[in-house]
Amino acid sequence: MYAQALDQTDTRPAQGDDPARLAAFQARIDAEQKIEPNHWMPEAYRRTLIRQIAQHAHSEIIGMQPEGNWITRAPSLRRKVALLAKVQDECGHGLYLYAAAETLGVSRAALVDQLLAGTAKYSSIFNYPTLSWADIGAIGWLVDGAAIMNQIPLCRCSYGPYARAMIRVCKEESFHQRQGYEIICSLAGGTPEQRAMAQDALNRWWWPCLMMFGPPDTESQHSDQSTRWKIKRFSNDELRQTFIDATVPQAHRLGLTLPDPDLHLDQATGHWRYGAIDWAEFRAVLRGEGPCNRDRLARRNAAHAEGEWVREAASAYAAKQNQRKAA
Amino acid sequence: MSAICEVPGGNIAVAETPMLRWVLAYADDALILGHRLSEWCSRAPSMEEDMALANLGLDLLGQARFLYSHAATLENAAQPALERSEDDYAYRRDAPQFRNALLVEQPNGDFAATMVRHMLYASFADLYWRASLAVSDPAIAAFAARSEKEIAYHERHAADWVIRLGDGTAESRRRAQSALDGLLAFADELFETEADQLPLMAAGAIIDPARLRDAYRHRIEQICARATLSLAWPRWHQSGGRQGRHGEHLGHLLAELQFLPRAYPGASW
Repeated sequence: MYAQALDQTDTRPAQGDDPARLAAFQARIDAEQKIEPNHWMPEAYRRTLIRQIAQHAHSEIIGMQPEGNWITRAPSLRRKVALLAKVQDECGHGLYLYAAAETLGVSRAALVDQLLAGTAKYSSIFNYPTLSWADIGAIGWLVDGAAIMNQIPLCRCSYGPYARAMIRVCKEESFHQRQGYEIICSLAGGTPEQRAMAQDALNRWWWPCLMMFGPPDTESQHSDQSTRWKIKRFSNDELRQTFIDATVPQAHRLGLTLPDPDLHLDQATGHWRYGAIDWAEFRAVLRGEGPCNRDRLARRNAAHAEGEWVREAASAYAAKQNQRKAA
Repeated sequence: MSAICEVPGGNIAVAETPMLRWVLAYADDALILGHRLSEWCSRAPSMEEDMALANLGLDLLGQARFLYSHAATLENAAQPALERSEDDYAYRRDAPQFRNALLVEQPNGDFAATMVRHMLYASFADLYWRASLAVSDPAIAAFAARSEKEIAYHERHAADWVIRLGDGTAESRRRAQSALDGLLAFADELFETEADQLPLMAAGAIIDPARLRDAYRHRIEQICARATLSLAWPRWHQSGGRQGRHGEHLGHLLAELQFLPRAYPGASW
């Protein structure tokens, strides 16, 4: 659900890639044909994709936690079922994406180990806490909304397995986004307390959501190669602007205020112009210093460690069954 | 009890008929066990199992919604002014008004405890809903047809895990045996018959669970044998849930489940 533009093109020098093969590879991409797992590809392309798909998968798995925080407290049975199903979808996306990464020759176990060790990145947004029920609406509306902006172009990504995975993921995300907006609509049209809850959630999630698109284009070092490889189709700032233009009218329709005193409509271009994003906060969260980084990783590590005896038992049982069959 | 004493957002006063008590008992089983399974979300031993546990929980929550809606239909037919909805039963009753069996409110414990608990419940529910396919009440027969399909998978999934854990490693076997020893005393309550429901059972409107006990024991014995677990049916069993006498855990579960509607009475979400 939540790919983040982290400018992750592999910059290590290409080692002896055959110029003829490179040219054929680039020609294939330029012709909008997909690269498949059995095709030759430059190592840097492979490493870039592994890192991006893995970060995306990790984000799905870590993203289960902030929303999972409200499953047991969902305010109606309908909301409870929808939220549990949504978080389950995220787990499914994670599995699906790890499988796409595996087509590039890396194992899921190795990628999960990197996540558990804290050496892999995931979307910064999940390091913020969900403090009220309105946060569940805000995550669907804003976080999934931002993710969709990032991910729709990935459906046309040059790497076939990733592009095909994203088609399915985007369909589910778009459902989640509408579900989240519907929660916010109910709150905005509810009691004064519910309205305040919705406004508070918007105040807390707005800026971190804008950060999901990654650093401004002026600081973005490595987009060129990803663009040539058709992994990335739009710049961070372009996607951010599209998201803001789509979302501001939705907030206004609900009578909610965006927490940006500088926000205004540029009549000439039709774009909403926004105030300065606190990139120091973004960098701090990426460094592991967000409000929930430690909790999120600790929970994932705990689940993994506590499940070890179960996984061992399953393997031991399977081995015994194989022995019995062989005997 | 009369509905007159109800306060907005406070507890509802259910006018319990024998049929309504029956509906609420099975609805509460499904809600409480579904809620327990949802507590596993993002904590399961593997990602695949996280998905599976959510699936089991979703089936049960769906079953609870069907039965609560049916309860609302029954109550509203008797007293239309009540305007009962499914959420009234889940969010506006206190623990003594819940009719679930004690088994389903037991805490998740480790994965072995969750799977043994689920095996003990699903083996019962599979038999019970299959037997209920032919009851005379069309709403219940329709519910049974849907639930039986779902629960058959629950039983298989739980039994497969109990067998894997029992016949896995020394540690998994120890945990599975400990879970079984601790939870077996809660199984027999599922087969209790309430005296005022006997006429409904005699008329074929609902099924008397007592008649399924032998088949159930046979199933559990078969699973445990394959799991190489030792099984000794207790001579005494825990009881009281169907009458609203619960253990200490249910109140905490409900405090969490009901928090928002209790904190913001009258709000809709």
